[in-house]
Amino acid sequence: MTYVVWIPFLPLIASIITLLFGRWYIQKRAHWLPCIAVFGSFLLAMKTLIAVIHGARASFDLYSWIIADTFKVGVGFQVDPLSAMMMAMVTCLSFLIHVYSIGYMEDDPGYYRFFAYISLFTFSMLMLVSGNNFLQLFFGWEAVGLCSYLLIGFWYQKKSAADAAKKAFIVNRFGDFGFALGVFLVFLTFGTVYYQPVFEHVHEVAHETIRLFGHDVLLVTLMAVLLFCGSLGKSAQFPLHVWLPDAMEGPTPVSALIHAATMVTAGVFLVCRCHEIFELSNVAMAVVAAAGTFTCFMAATIAPTQFDIKRVIAYSTLSQLGYMFMACGVGAFAAGMFHLFTHAYFKALLFLGAGSVMHAMHHAPDPTDMRYMGGLKKYMPETFWTFLIASLSISGVPGLAGFFSKDEILWSAFASVYPWGKLVWFVGTLVAGLTAFYSFRVVFMTFFGEFRGREVLHGHEPHESPKVMTIPLMILAVGAVVTGWLGVPSALGGSNHFAHFMEPVLGHPHFHLSPALEEHEHLVELLLMGVSTVVGLLGIYIAYVVYCQRPELQRLLPEKCPKLYRYLYRKWYWDEIYLYSIIKPTLFLARGVIQGVLDSACIEGTVNGIPDLIRRGGEGLRKLQNGVVNTYALIMATGAAVVLLLIYLF
Amino acid sequence: MEVALRMSDFPLLSLIIWLPVVGSVILLALPRSDRLIRWFSLVVALADLAVTLPLFWEFDKGFVGMQFVERHPWIKSWGISYFLGVDGISVLFILLSALITVLCILISWEAVTEKVKEFHIALLLTAAAMMGVFCSLDLFLFYLFWEAMLIPMYLIIGIWGGPKRLYATIKFFLYTLVGSVLMLVGIIFLYLKAGTFNILEIMKLGLPYHFQFWLFWAFFAAFAVKVPMWPVHTWLPDAHTEAPTAGSVILAGILIKMGAYGFLRFSLSFFPLAAKAMMFPMLMLSVIAIIYGGIICLAQDDLKRLIAYSSVSHMGFVTLGIFSLNSNAMEGAILQMLNHGIVTGALFMCVGVVYERTHTRAIKDYGGLATVMPIYAAFFMVFTLASIGLPGTNGFIGEFLILLGTFCSKKWAAAFAASGVIIGAGYMLWLYQRVFCQDINPKVAGLRDVKMREVFALVPMLILVLWIGCYPTPFLGFMHESVRALLDHVNGAGAPAAPISEIIKEGLHVVLPS
Repeated sequence: MTYVVWIPFLPLIASIITLLFGRWYIQKRAHWLPCIAVFGSFLLAMKTLIAVIHGARASFDLYSWIIADTFKVGVGFQVDPLSAMMMAMVTCLSFLIHVYSIGYMEDDPGYYRFFAYISLFTFSMLMLVSGNNFLQLFFGWEAVGLCSYLLIGFWYQKKSAADAAKKAFIVNRFGDFGFALGVFLVFLTFGTVYYQPVFEHVHEVAHETIRLFGHDVLLVTLMAVLLFCGSLGKSAQFPLHVWLPDAMEGPTPVSALIHAATMVTAGVFLVCRCHEIFELSNVAMAVVAAAGTFTCFMAATIAPTQFDIKRVIAYSTLSQLGYMFMACGVGAFAAGMFHLFTHAYFKALLFLGAGSVMHAMHHAPDPTDMRYMGGLKKYMPETFWTFLIASLSISGVPGLAGFFSKDEILWSAFASVYPWGKLVWFVGTLVAGLTAFYSFRVVFMTFFGEFRGREVLHGHEPHESPKVMTIPLMILAVGAVVTGWLGVPSALGGSNHFAHFMEPVLGHPHFHLSPALEEHEHLVELLLMGVSTVVGLLGIYIAYVVYCQRPELQRLLPEKCPKLYRYLYRKWYWDEIYLYSIIKPTLFLARGVIQGVLDSACIEGTVNGIPDLIRRGGEGLRKLQNGVVNTYALIMATGAAVVLLLIYLF
Repeated sequence: MEVALRMSDFPLLSLIIWLPVVGSVILLALPRSDRLIRWFSLVVALADLAVTLPLFWEFDKGFVGMQFVERHPWIKSWGISYFLGVDGISVLFILLSALITVLCILISWEAVTEKVKEFHIALLLTAAAMMGVFCSLDLFLFYLFWEAMLIPMYLIIGIWGGPKRLYATIKFFLYTLVGSVLMLVGIIFLYLKAGTFNILEIMKLGLPYHFQFWLFWAFFAAFAVKVPMWPVHTWLPDAHTEAPTAGSVILAGILIKMGAYGFLRFSLSFFPLAAKAMMFPMLMLSVIAIIYGGIICLAQDDLKRLIAYSSVSHMGFVTLGIFSLNSNAMEGAILQMLNHGIVTGALFMCVGVVYERTHTRAIKDYGGLATVMPIYAAFFMVFTLASIGLPGTNGFIGEFLILLGTFCSKKWAAAFAASGVIIGAGYMLWLYQRVFCQDINPKVAGLRDVKMREVFALVPMLILVLWIGCYPTPFLGFMHESVRALLDHVNGAGAPAAPISEIIKEGLHVVLPS
């Protein structure tokens, strides 16, 4: 199966050529090579996927990357259901978004740069998912971070974009710090960083403990929590979630590919890949579930207060990633991956639809502000219909992709053996309603009612986007419906192909229901589905009432509870909290304490002080040798007198 | 422990060391034509680089001991000999020194316009002395080269440097000299004990711990200043800032590596007991250097000063790797010495490129350079990423191996040191943003992008960054045997017998007889 190697390397080659020659030679044709390369990767990935469905497996090293004394690691590839699924999904979405970008990025002066970066990203992401060891995972991890940095700061002339790029990189570094320590701990424990031996032997160290700040901690707990730090950063979960909303400064196709469909799900992928480690530690599972649940809820409360269409979708991404971690935290890894898979399609579609709207509004000073939109349905019907499908899907309307994956998570949480399962289920169902509400708030504010942007557009009419943009939208819309059909639960008469396919890698969740419920397992599952569907539809209905029928209700929250509204509108003040608790103190430490006091006063003071002391001492002594004979005689006489006095006394 | 020697039929190392010296003597005789002098020095440096290349492929990576050995008695009555040889620890630095000399001549092509002849003589002499330090297997010879290097370096900073160059040179000279004098006392003591200056003989000496303890600190003084370790680092920002570009590149690329090399070659192999006993303070100082050097970078508003302080942080990683006494970490440390030379050298060259055009080093005078000089911005980006240790660049391999090895030997040290990686990303990306992103500063509008000559100087560094990052095996391959032998030597020395308090008490008794 060595052809797998070409799946990541085709986009890399395209990226390097485009980057080197784009500026002078390729210029406006820069999209051809990356598109063809990614399409080639997609075909190879499909071939791999089919082979894996037929039972093929592989794990091999391309070459030895680092050989130190006892540490050896290669650039290696692992082909199994998890990596094959991820590769197929990444290449598919990447290709569609490449094509979409041809239209979206047209006339941008950095056209070639965009395509070079985005196919470099595709390479990095594929390296991340296809590796057979932790270090290659780490390579992909940092490389996607770099591409994310480059693409968020794509319009680097804008201060906000450059700030957001830097913020994304540095916040992620906090996560990577833990991740790296986790990898060190893996190496220290197992003497290798290859997945296979690590996961085979991890059960043997399940009860080993390690001393940490005077407490005995389970080794696997520490390992899992450290690795999970990386997930927190990359998948933007609380407390490292602050970079993702700002990352919307990048071009919209980037938001769709990197900050919704692929890169941000790497954290979920990591947890699923290492589920053998996580499963051994209840503490780690609880941490995963808690981070997911909290982020899921928090983001869903912020999203309805934002007016920037991309930011709303970004918060929705945070919330949906929270769902995936909730699934992992109750041991339903396959359900998490399933949601990752369906989410990639409908969320990419939402972003690209938003991009299409922004394309229509690009004469406005702020083309993302929903307050200047409205009624776009009749100007851009294709965008509207595809966007509507995505919104229905994310709201969990039965029959669409989001419905199946979300209900799988809620059911797994409800039936889980973990004690926090019921809480996860409750929050998940509540957020399902909020999700439907804010998703349809976007739909109603953007596409329904009267167009409110006449004066900001200065006479330009909004228009539908070109075919090269709308066709990818339609393909994704198909994905946003049918991907869910891969995982129809048995309660609905399906056979959940997705979970069966993943079972060799991810195992399957342990359920524990009370005996009374167990008898009617399917009935309970159907009932839960009914509940979440009703909650979702209710959310849509409230959005309809508030944003279409009685707009005066929109002012209800800001006027009745201005404090709560401001709290949500300012995103729970996390940016401010970090500014005053981390950034400012660090800069003060740098400028005031270390530069001002330690380095210049203490160290430099000592270094310059000693020669100074010697000089001053010398100057003092010099005064004695003033060349006046009278003084010398006086000193001599005084000295002699003192000596005589001493002799006389003793 | 007996160290095997493989004699060389051809005096390759001598040729490498003395070729630049011969070149500088010929330079003396040449007429004062700047063009001729530049081309001649470039040819000499390139020839020297060509002569070092056989080291790269003739070196036997499986051989434990010294290779390319030359040995001739010199001052017989004192047991001093002209004794050269390289092993896996030193060989790469000779290659790096030769490369950096070539690049320094290229990068000074238009920057140095006064006293061109003298500048190139100083540069070639520095190169010769640098390589001499890495080749010497005789302590006397080593000390000679070690001190000889200061003189041309002093002149380079003092004559061709910035406005505050005199203060910087005196500081640089005094700092280094104070350290070296203590080392000289140690060397004389070792000579009296061993009766020879032969480094390999002294390694076998096996001094008692209470001697090793004091000697360790005597040598430490010299090496810590050179590295520089916290808190004796303050000469570095001044020297770097005031030095001409070539001076900064040599300082960062080679000179400060000598301190770390000294730790490996002398401190560990002469005083293994003390090195083991002093592990904690050494790791502590390294961690402080990493974090302190990183945080202080956030307060800098001068391009060169920022990169100089980042050196303190990066060299902290090197000393961390050396003193964690773990084979992986030590290989990482040696590689990181090389990496730091490449990356920081390249960053200083990059700063030199814009300094030539704008004559300002203040960060606030820049902004939006990515629009004005896109190729330059791309080079700087790659070196920035290497500096913050992104996988795929050389910085990652070194830092990762150091942290991995340190984690296996002392977890706390690795955990603290790893936080330096976060700070590193902070100051470097902030620097990049302020210089390259956002609106174009009127002071840099219309600057010319890099010229062909500058590209030639930067491309070798770029290739090395990516080569070591993606396929470090050819470089790490040099080290395995030598590092293993060194660690075996350290571990085979037994455990220190007495607690430190007693050693100090005993030392005080010697000084104060009552």
